Amino acid sequence: MTNQARPGIPAQSPPADSPLDRRAFLKKGWPATLLLLVAKVVPSASGETKGAEYQASEHYYGMGIDVGKCIGCGRCADACKTENDVPRQPFYFFTWIERYVIKTDGETVVESPNGGIEGFPPTVTETGFLRTFFVPKLCNHCASPPCVQVCPVGATFTTPDGVVLVDKDYCIGCRYCIQACPYGARFLHPQTHTAAKCTFCYHRVTKGLLPACVGVCPTGARIFGEVHLRTSPLARFRRFNEIQVLKPHLNTEPKVYYANLDGEVK
Amino acid sequence: MPQQISRLLILFTLLILGLVVARHYLVPKTFGRLGHYRAAAVDAIVARNVKYVGREACASCHDDIVKIHSLARHQTVACEACHGPGAAHMEAPTEHKPPAPRKRGSCPLCHGYDPSRPTGFPQIDPVAHNPVKPCITCHNPHAPEPPQVPGECSACHGQIARTKAVSHHALLPCTRCHETSQQHKVTPRLSRPTKPRDRAFCGECHAKDARSPKEIPRIDMASHGERYACWQCHYPHDPELR
Repeated sequence: MTNQARPGIPAQSPPADSPLDRRAFLKKGWPATLLLLVAKVVPSASGETKGAEYQASEHYYGMGIDVGKCIGCGRCADACKTENDVPRQPFYFFTWIERYVIKTDGETVVESPNGGIEGFPPTVTETGFLRTFFVPKLCNHCASPPCVQVCPVGATFTTPDGVVLVDKDYCIGCRYCIQACPYGARFLHPQTHTAAKCTFCYHRVTKGLLPACVGVCPTGARIFGEVHLRTSPLARFRRFNEIQVLKPHLNTEPKVYYANLDGEVK
Repeated sequence: MPQQISRLLILFTLLILGLVVARHYLVPKTFGRLGHYRAAAVDAIVARNVKYVGREACASCHDDIVKIHSLARHQTVACEACHGPGAAHMEAPTEHKPPAPRKRGSCPLCHGYDPSRPTGFPQIDPVAHNPVKPCITCHNPHAPEPPQVPGECSACHGQIARTKAVSHHALLPCTRCHETSQQHKVTPRLSRPTKPRDRAFCGECHAKDARSPKEIPRIDMASHGERYACWQCHYPHDPELR
């Protein structure tokens, strides 16, 4: 329009006072762009530093267990009972240790006296043994959990960060999930009469702490971390070990990964 | 509209209204916010108290011990693995003293001999190893060292020593088959003992024409498993022939 108003000036070169020729636009524009960029970056940066708020959707947890490192001391089972107020009687466990003794005649003996908390009696076999080792067990926090599927009231569920939990105020104590779990990881709590199981120490991991059993393991046989993140202790564990899960044929997709697991372990 | 239809409509409307009202009161407030469960249950679980506080918390007061411990052989053993949870002690340091296991019973939980433990993990026989003495009279639990450089192979290779002790090879010293340098006691993995390399070594005792006591079983080196090294079938620390 301005060009038409001043017929003497050629159309290719706009007048010097024109507010928006390309050069002027770029000259004036870059500080503004910078400002915009800074404005965009700064709040998100400060938001991260402030962000004590835990975002479940940003995490996905799993555990690694190196059977070759487990010394069967039972500190994990003991710490778990203390941390989670699990009844001390010898039949209630969130996590426990099994001792496998495979005899020379092929028979496999599995023991777990009080979950291994007070140690194990000496191995006595008449025929000698081929192999023997400890296997720590716990809830496998399956990605496709049968216990969640069968719960008639929605009292057991998977959180967005992949942890299977029990709502003890909503559970009706029907024991259906205890039957459904192929790993024997659940029990009926003797006081509340509701289902109970390992929570991956959800109250700890949401505060950035490790589960109690992982923290006290003296040999580093237990590893906890993110399943999908490449820079996590668990990812490293899964890269450098041959990994197996328990009962893979059931398609429960467990998130407890075992290294150096023997084929006899069920 | 016929009367019966309108009556049915009223009835169904009332039923549906009743259902909506009942649902409003019976279904928990947070049910379904995150999934088919009460979102409030997650908050209740998150709000539970932490009891195991971790080494960093211990270090804020006991930095002298943590400093020694973090360089020692027990560096991977968390403070709370032996002393129990520390949260109560942090709240009221003088009222709640964490237990210090000074008796003989607690160390064998890890270090008592059990063949199920991984080979190479330091183990002792609690019955035979300095009976009755509490472990801490010789060992500092925060920075444990073997009291002296191992004199016997069995100090570390207890499983092999125990197996060999009841086998036909019981009287053979380890060094008959394994040449072991003194350096192996200091850096065991960098200076490994040798192993017999060929069949002829076993043949020194077991070949037909070997110059050895008559009781030792003999085989014909030419025809007996000539495709294999001896150890591929026989375990020399516990030879199968009985």
